[in-house]
Amino acid sequence: MSTQIAKTLDLKGLSCPLPIVKTAQAIKQLQPGELIEALATDPGSVPDFNAWSRSTGHELVEQTEEGGVYRFVIRRR
Amino acid sequence: MAVQEAELEAPVREHEEHAHDKLVIIAWSGDLDKVWPQMILATTGAAMGMQTTIFFTFWGLFSLVKENVRITGDNWMQKMVAMMDHPGMEHLKLGKMNFAGAGPRMMLKLGKDHKVASPGELLEMARELGVRFVPCQMTMDLLGLSREDMIDGLDEPAGATTMLLEAQDAVTLFI
Repeated sequence: MSTQIAKTLDLKGLSCPLPIVKTAQAIKQLQPGELIEALATDPGSVPDFNAWSRSTGHELVEQTEEGGVYRFVIRRR
Repeated sequence: MAVQEAELEAPVREHEEHAHDKLVIIAWSGDLDKVWPQMILATTGAAMGMQTTIFFTFWGLFSLVKENVRITGDNWMQKMVAMMDHPGMEHLKLGKMNFAGAGPRMMLKLGKDHKVASPGELLEMARELGVRFVPCQMTMDLLGLSREDMIDGLDEPAGATTMLLEAQDAVTLFI
């Protein structure tokens, strides 16, 4: 399984539902197993990315926060 | 004969299984503050992998009227409806605090400032994500809306039976 980030999405400043919608659109371009990194500033994206991962099966591999920027690393199922 | 107790391992689930992987939104209102959540929930449902259908009925249908179509309808009563209430996604009114159009303009400005996509932008995304848009045939007849008055890419107009059948195994929202 890949540990390289295949794509990074800058979602900073965007509000619900755009971080999820744009991530869902972008992850379709990846191969199964590849990683996508999403950077968001919407605090609501923390529960939303978790819920989205649970419902779609794309694995939320990593979730960190630094200086108000939430970073999510997701593996395409 | 001995009855063996089944000791099956719980299947490894790749993701949570849901009773509902379908979303049906009945888009009844044509107010900005209701069309917005119609589009937010439709795009989100599709993004979550739900098979999403929006059934547009009554006032909800007018948000699908093309931008360059001002007056719809065949007789004076139908035309009056369009006269009094400008059709189209760019001319939605607020359910409250409309203030002759100042309210919606402020609301859209706030949306822009907070980087919330407008209903029109969300509609485009919904279509890219494969959301089905089904207009209600009866309302089209009642209000004199023709297929040509409305934006491209809609499903065939259908009735309540089609919608309720679709809704039988779906999360269903009436907005």
